[in-house]
Amino acid sequence: MVASEQTIKQVNKLGSSDYKYGFSSDIESIQAPKGLNEEVVRFISKQKNEPEWMLEWRLKAFSVFNKLKKPDWAKLNFPEIDFQDYYYYSAPKSMKDKPKSLDEIDPEILKTYEKLGIPIQEQKILSGVAVDVVLDSVSIATTYKKQLSELGIIFCPISEAIQEHPDLIKKYLGSVIPVSDHSFAALNSAVFTDGSFVYIPENVRCPVELSTYFRINAINTGQFERTLIIANKNSYVSYLEGCTAPMRDENQLHAANVELIALDNAEIKYSTVQNWYPGDKEGKGGIYNFVTKRGACRGVNSKISWTQVETGSAITWKYPSCILQGDNSKGEFYSVAITNNFQQADTGTKMIHIGKNTSSKIISKGISAGNASNTYRGLVKIQPSATNARNFTQCDSLLIGNECGAHTVPYIESSNSGAQVEHEATTSKINEDQLFYCQQRGLSNDEAIGLIVNGFCKEVLQHLPMEFAVEAQKLVSINLEGSVG
Amino acid sequence: MLNINNLKASIGDKDILKGVSLSINKGEVHALMGPNGSGKSTLAYVLSGKDKYEVNEGTVDFKGKNLLNMNVEERANNGLFLAFQYPMEIPGVQTSFFLRTAINAKRKFNNLPELDALEFAKLLKLKAQELNINSDMLKRDLNVDYSGGEKKKQEILQLSMLNPDLAILDETDSGLDIDALRIVSEGVNKARNKENSFLVITHYQRLLNYIKPDFVHIIADGKIVKSGDYSLALELEDQGYEKMAKA
Repeated sequence: MVASEQTIKQVNKLGSSDYKYGFSSDIESIQAPKGLNEEVVRFISKQKNEPEWMLEWRLKAFSVFNKLKKPDWAKLNFPEIDFQDYYYYSAPKSMKDKPKSLDEIDPEILKTYEKLGIPIQEQKILSGVAVDVVLDSVSIATTYKKQLSELGIIFCPISEAIQEHPDLIKKYLGSVIPVSDHSFAALNSAVFTDGSFVYIPENVRCPVELSTYFRINAINTGQFERTLIIANKNSYVSYLEGCTAPMRDENQLHAANVELIALDNAEIKYSTVQNWYPGDKEGKGGIYNFVTKRGACRGVNSKISWTQVETGSAITWKYPSCILQGDNSKGEFYSVAITNNFQQADTGTKMIHIGKNTSSKIISKGISAGNASNTYRGLVKIQPSATNARNFTQCDSLLIGNECGAHTVPYIESSNSGAQVEHEATTSKINEDQLFYCQQRGLSNDEAIGLIVNGFCKEVLQHLPMEFAVEAQKLVSINLEGSVG
Repeated sequence: MLNINNLKASIGDKDILKGVSLSINKGEVHALMGPNGSGKSTLAYVLSGKDKYEVNEGTVDFKGKNLLNMNVEERANNGLFLAFQYPMEIPGVQTSFFLRTAINAKRKFNNLPELDALEFAKLLKLKAQELNINSDMLKRDLNVDYSGGEKKKQEILQLSMLNPDLAILDETDSGLDIDALRIVSEGVNKARNKENSFLVITHYQRLLNYIKPDFVHIIADGKIVKSGDYSLALELEDQGYEKMAKA
């Protein structure tokens, strides 16, 4: 059924004013000189008080970055990024002498997070969730740290882990995403500023959700997040990240590297609710989100599960992947990507089957409205060693209006004749009769579309941790408000 | 309750309703009968506000308000309910969740507090039992993989949960076997009271054996050509539409 004219009008009406996280805060900050060069890399390392080996690592990455070409496979259309036009380090001034307790944090920063609905004062913390908060380039606060450390769990800013757990960092950093993987990975390795570090010791089941909240505040700033999660034998952890940014006319840059390592019988569940500023309704501004996320199932029976709800950013370029090395290991990817107005998303996953009896499952739901473009790009690769490997992939696209696009690009490379690979894909338009039915039962246009889209995404949303599932459902509805008439 | 005066409506270039006038009072059940293409379902859609129909002339007064000025959900929340001939499937949305969302949308519109989970569950259990609907069905996605009979029962369940002032039943009897027809009709009869009204649209007199109307109207070529009491339905069954429409 074709969308009515009213639908299209309403889509066009939808503006960025609906982005409720678009405020900026007046926080005095220390910045690196604008631009990208070796001096800036040294500046960042010095600000972080890093040991010599870390600086060497960064400088090596920077020289690799200079040699690599920008990846160009994605179906995305945006002007060439001028890497010299960004600031690569920005930290609130008050963080220079790091506060020893949460009481010492600049009240302006606390206010920022209160507005975002993320209370970082310990006593107000959402029960059962430990939070690390990253503003621009530095980590502001980590809660529940003491309680976790009693179990031997390390949950801290990665800059702190470099100081305090150098052996783990040296062993694992860059072991899943090699510095030379592609130019954004190399760039991140050279200039990453903060992110979270998680280590779960053997036989420990992390009792709370670990969560990091990223916020870009300073103007023209790139945020280079680096996260490393290691789950030792027989351990379990569930981790969630959330992201927002102020509304600015310039495009801001976010290039993250996230590495997960699961050893024998370990399980890592990684959930993302990405709501970076998407730009206005004419496509001006918004975050360029170039993210490399990769997990290695190194041990036998290990499992890594990615769940993502991608609703923000002008450009999303992101392929959370699993390397299934250990025998019987499992990889999962559940994704909802919503693009509206002029947003573009090219997202999917890679499942690399190496071990015997490895299995992977991919469920991707793409929703497009306005003039947006939404591409699923995925690779399922079965190595000769992966006897009895199995994959199931399902990609569903939902279109709202006549000006948007959805594309599905699945690559399957199987080098083992015993492998079972299944792929299903559907594309549908939002059905105006369904909308009418819901409205006849008293639901408004927006409520009806929210209900139908949430139904469409249910298979994915139900994999989010309980505390965040409700938030995500609301977000899905809000991001499409006014998109159907 | 409802006053339709000289209503004319078209879809694209095609005129379908060519001057329908009809009055329904509180507590009355009216049956609207007519052959295919006579405008029966169009009248149901125009009254509920479906946007592909254009109203060219006439007025519709519903509970003292101008119905044609309201959008679809305002009509619904003001107490107009349409039981669909082809209820829509909504994958991923549990039937009970949909019902709760609908009830609370109406309550919110009327400045009433939302029903909490417990109150809702109680009400749903009661109403579902009356219609012989088992609780498994309520856990499934709305209308997905429902049989024709289940879909219609579900419509009547929604009707009895939402308790509208005016319910329009659009060929609710189509696709029902005798048992399902009886259950659905009993559901409607239970929902009937002195305060509400029904407009029952049907091809066949059969349904009216179960839901006894106070008035019967025959529509042909976009106009009501004859009105009478229940005996008109029997006469129609006996003589056929062609003869009656001409008479």
